[in-house]
Amino acid sequence: MKHIAIIGNGISGITAARNIRKSSNHKITIISAETEYFFSRTALMYIYMGHLKFEHTKPYEDHFWKKNKLELKKGLVKDIDFTKNRLYFDGGNVLDYDELILATGSKPNKFGWPGQDLTGVQGFYSYQDLEKVEAYSKNIRHAVIVGGGLIGVEMAEMFISRNISVTLLVREKSFWNIVLPEQESALINKHIRSHHVDLRLETELKEITDDGNGRVKSITTTTGEEILCNFVGLTVGVHPNISFLKSTPIEMNKGILVNEYLETNLPNVYAIGDCAEHRLPPKGRKAIEQVWYTGKIMGEVVAQTICNNKTSYRPGIWFNSAKFFDIEYQTYGFVNATRSEDEDEIYWEHQGGMKCVHIIFSKTQHTIMGINTFGIRMRHEVFDKWLRETKTIEFVLRNLKEANFDPEFFTRHEEEIINVFNAKFPDNGIVATMKKIN
Amino acid sequence: MKIIKNIGLLIFMLGLFIFTLSTFLGEFTPTKDIIKQSLSEQQYENIGIQVEGALGNKTYLSPIPISSTFAKIYNSANNELKAKQQWDKVMWDSPQVAVFQLIKSSSTGIYMHYEWLIFLLTFGLSILGSLMYILPDVILLGSPGIKNNKIFQSSATNRGWIGWVSFVYLVLFYIILYFFPALLTNQILIVNPISMAISGNASSQWFLYGFIYCTIMSVMAVRMFIKYRHSNYQLLRTGTVLFFQIAFAFLIPEILMRFNLPYMDFKNAWPLDYDFFFEWNINGLIASGNIGLFMFVWGVIFSLLIIPTFTYFYGKRWYCSWVCGCGGLAETLGDPYRQLSDKSEKAWKIERYLIHSVLVLAIIMTGATLYTYFTGSSQFIGISTYDIQKSYGFLIGAVFSGIIGTGFYPILGNRVWCRFGCPLAAYMGLIQRFKSRFRITTNGGQCISCGNCSTYCEMGIDVRWYAQRGQNIVRSSCVGCGVCSSVCPRGVLNLENKEENGRFGKPTDLDDNGLIISNT
Repeated sequence: MKHIAIIGNGISGITAARNIRKSSNHKITIISAETEYFFSRTALMYIYMGHLKFEHTKPYEDHFWKKNKLELKKGLVKDIDFTKNRLYFDGGNVLDYDELILATGSKPNKFGWPGQDLTGVQGFYSYQDLEKVEAYSKNIRHAVIVGGGLIGVEMAEMFISRNISVTLLVREKSFWNIVLPEQESALINKHIRSHHVDLRLETELKEITDDGNGRVKSITTTTGEEILCNFVGLTVGVHPNISFLKSTPIEMNKGILVNEYLETNLPNVYAIGDCAEHRLPPKGRKAIEQVWYTGKIMGEVVAQTICNNKTSYRPGIWFNSAKFFDIEYQTYGFVNATRSEDEDEIYWEHQGGMKCVHIIFSKTQHTIMGINTFGIRMRHEVFDKWLRETKTIEFVLRNLKEANFDPEFFTRHEEEIINVFNAKFPDNGIVATMKKIN
Repeated sequence: MKIIKNIGLLIFMLGLFIFTLSTFLGEFTPTKDIIKQSLSEQQYENIGIQVEGALGNKTYLSPIPISSTFAKIYNSANNELKAKQQWDKVMWDSPQVAVFQLIKSSSTGIYMHYEWLIFLLTFGLSILGSLMYILPDVILLGSPGIKNNKIFQSSATNRGWIGWVSFVYLVLFYIILYFFPALLTNQILIVNPISMAISGNASSQWFLYGFIYCTIMSVMAVRMFIKYRHSNYQLLRTGTVLFFQIAFAFLIPEILMRFNLPYMDFKNAWPLDYDFFFEWNINGLIASGNIGLFMFVWGVIFSLLIIPTFTYFYGKRWYCSWVCGCGGLAETLGDPYRQLSDKSEKAWKIERYLIHSVLVLAIIMTGATLYTYFTGSSQFIGISTYDIQKSYGFLIGAVFSGIIGTGFYPILGNRVWCRFGCPLAAYMGLIQRFKSRFRITTNGGQCISCGNCSTYCEMGIDVRWYAQRGQNIVRSSCVGCGVCSSVCPRGVLNLENKEENGRFGKPTDLDDNGLIISNT
C-alpha cells in the first residue's frame, strides 16, 4: 500500500483519486486550500446568478469521501522537498507521500496593467473569486470586463442577471475570433449586444484608476476613452498555478512538463489537468489544454499508470461545448478560425440568428474535419464515430438526422442545411435518407 | 414593466385577501324550516330541538359561530348516546360535514345575492393580478432560453419567509377543504352560478376545489408558456396537461352529472383512483346501464392495459407530465418550487420504501374491497373492509396527496406526492425501470458536472451522477418533465424512446483509442 498525495481537488485530481480507489487499496490524500469538498468550477457563475447554491455544485455528497476512504486535507502547500518526498504546508504542517500528483489548476492572467491590484479588479476562477465578485458587486451600477473569451461572456451574463450594466472590451475585431470562424463570431457579437452588453471590439485596457480609497473608479482604454465603473473583470485567459514550485528541481515551461504518461522529470511525481504541459502534445492539440474533460481524462490515465497499468494520454477526437447567454455551442473535430488551402466548408444560419451549423471538410476527399453547431445539439457519439471513420460530407449530410440531439418536437433544419450544400455543389446534389432512427 | 408586475402582485394579493376573508363574512339566518331540511332524519331526531333553540331564527355574520355551536351540540349529544350505548342512534358523520348544508341554506347576505360581483373581487382580481405579474416576463426575460436567475436568492422559492407563509396558507386551505368545508361556505356560494350552468347542481366544496384547480393551472400555464417558450417539448406537454385537467377532470364529469350519469374522470386510473372498485362506485356504474358498464370496462382496461402499454413505449411521462391532474398542478403551480426536492441518497431510500408501501396498501385495500364485494363478508382477514377504506382515504387520499402533496410545495418541492406517495406512479415506475423503451440519454463526454440537471429535477433524481459518467438515466421515478434537458447548458441530456436493449448505456471509459464515447 502506497500513500498517494494529490494536490488539487478539481476535476483532474478528484478523477485521479476516484480511479485509483476503484482499482487499488492505496492510501489517498487530496489536498486543497480552496474548498473542503470538490465542486464544479464551471458552475460558479450559476451560484452568482441564483440558479444554484454552492451545495448544488458538489457532484458527490459529503459522505462519499469517507465511504470511499479518500482523505481530504484543507491546506496550502508552500513547498515540496522532492528528495524527501515531503510536502510543507502554510502553517508548518508536513505530509510525506510515496507518489505525488500535481493537479493545481490555473490562475487568471494579469498583464501588468496599472491599477490591476485595486479592490474590485479581479479574475474569475476560484471559489474565493466568486466570494469577491459577490462582495464587490453589491449595489454597483457598471462593470467593465476585459477579454473576449468564454469567461468574459460568462461574467457579462452574471452581471446582466443582476441588472448591472456591462462594457466588454475585446482586443480582436470580433468576439473570440481566434477560435471561432467569422460567421459564428459575428452571430455571437449580435447575440451579446442583444443582451444590452456594450461590446467594444478592437479595444484594449490601458489602465485602471483608483477612486482614492484603493478601489476602482474607472478604466481607460487604449483609444484614450475613460469608462466609469465599479468593478473590473479580468478574463484574458489563465496560466498554470505553479509558482510555488519555482525553486524545486521539477522541470517547467509555462506548465509542469510531462510526457505521454503524465510523468514529470522526477520519479513518482505526475502532473495532470490545467497545470500540465505536454512535451509532445497529441496531434492537433495544444500543449496546455484548460478543458474540463481533458482534465478528467488525464485523471483517469494517471490512475491507471499508478495502479500498474501504464497508460498513455490519448484524448481522442477533439470536442468541446459552451454557452453564450442563450445560445449553446458544440464543436466536434477541428473547425479553425480561418480556412486553409485544402479545406472547404458549408455554413448555414437560421434566419432568427440564434442557430447555425458550420461543417469543414477536405477539398479533395470531401472527408469531414469538424463541425460547429450553435443552437442545435448534436450527438457526441455519432460525430465521434464519423470523424474517426473519416466519413464524407455527403454521408454526413445524408445522415445528419441521426446526429441530432435536440429534444423531441424541436424544429429540425437538416433539409435547409443540405440545401446550402446543394447550392454550392449543384452537380452532386444530395437528398437526406429517411432512415428511421432507432 | 416592473411597475405593471408590482401592481399586478398587489391586485393578486387583494383578490386573495378578499377570498380568504370570505370565510369570516356573510349573513346567515338558520330558520326552523332550514334546520329541518338541512339535517338528516336521524340528526333532526337527536338534536333538532336543541339546534333550533340555539341557532333558530338568529342572524349570524360569519359561518364560524354556527359551526362551533352546532359541533358542541352534536358532540355532546353523541357522547350521551354512546354512554347510554344507544348505538343505533349515534351519528357517525363528522359535525363539520353535517353542518355544511345548514350553513349553506341559511345564507342570506351578499354572498347569496351578488355572487358575480364577489366573483370578480376574488377570482377576477386574482386572475387579473397574476396575469399582470406574469405577462411582462415576455419582455423582461429577454430572448427565449433558461432564465433561472435569482431563484435561490428569492424568499419565495428558497424556503424564505414567503415560502413558509405560502406553506402555512396551503396546508390550512387543504385542512379546511377536507375537514371543515363549512368554513368555505361563502366561497362555495361564489361559484354556485358556474356550477349551476355546467352541471345543473348546486356547487359543493369539490366543485369549488376543481374550479380553483383549473384556474390556478391555467394562469400558471401561461407562466410556463413564457418561461419555456424556447422548448416545444415544454410547450406541448404544458398544453396537454392543462387540456386533460380542464376537459377530463373538470368539465366532462360535471356535464355527465347534468345528464344524470355517474361522475367519471376518464383519464384517472386505479390505483391513483383508489375508490374505483368501491362497492358504491361499481354499483352506481352498473345501475346506469350500458354507458355505466362502458365506464367500468374503460376504467379497468385503462388501468390494467393502456397504462402499462403506453408506459412501455414512452415511459411514465406520457401520464405523469402530459395527462395527470396531480402532475398538472405540479408542473404549473409547482414549477417555481421544483428545485426544492431533496437529492440525497437518503431521500431516495425513503422514497422507495414509502411509495412502494403505498402501492402495496392500495392493492391490499382493493383486494379487501373486491373480497367484500363478491363474498358479502364485511371482514377481510379479521379487519373491517370499511375501516381499511376509510383509513386509506384519510391517510393517503386526503393527508398525503392533498395536505402534504400540495401544501408542502414551497418546502419540499412540487412532486412530494408523485415521488413519495402516488401508487399509480409506483406501478408505472416498476414498468419504466424494468420494461420500457424510455430513457434519458447522456451525450457522450460533454457533461461538466455543473449540477443544474440535478437541482431542477423535481423528482430528486441526482441526474448529474449518471450524466458525468456518460451513463443513461433509467429511473423508476422519472416523470419525463424534460427540464433537466432544458436547463443543461451543454446539451447533454435528451429524453428518448428507443430499443430496450442497451438502454442503461455503458459509462464512458478508456481503451486503446483513448476516450470511448459510446452509450448504446
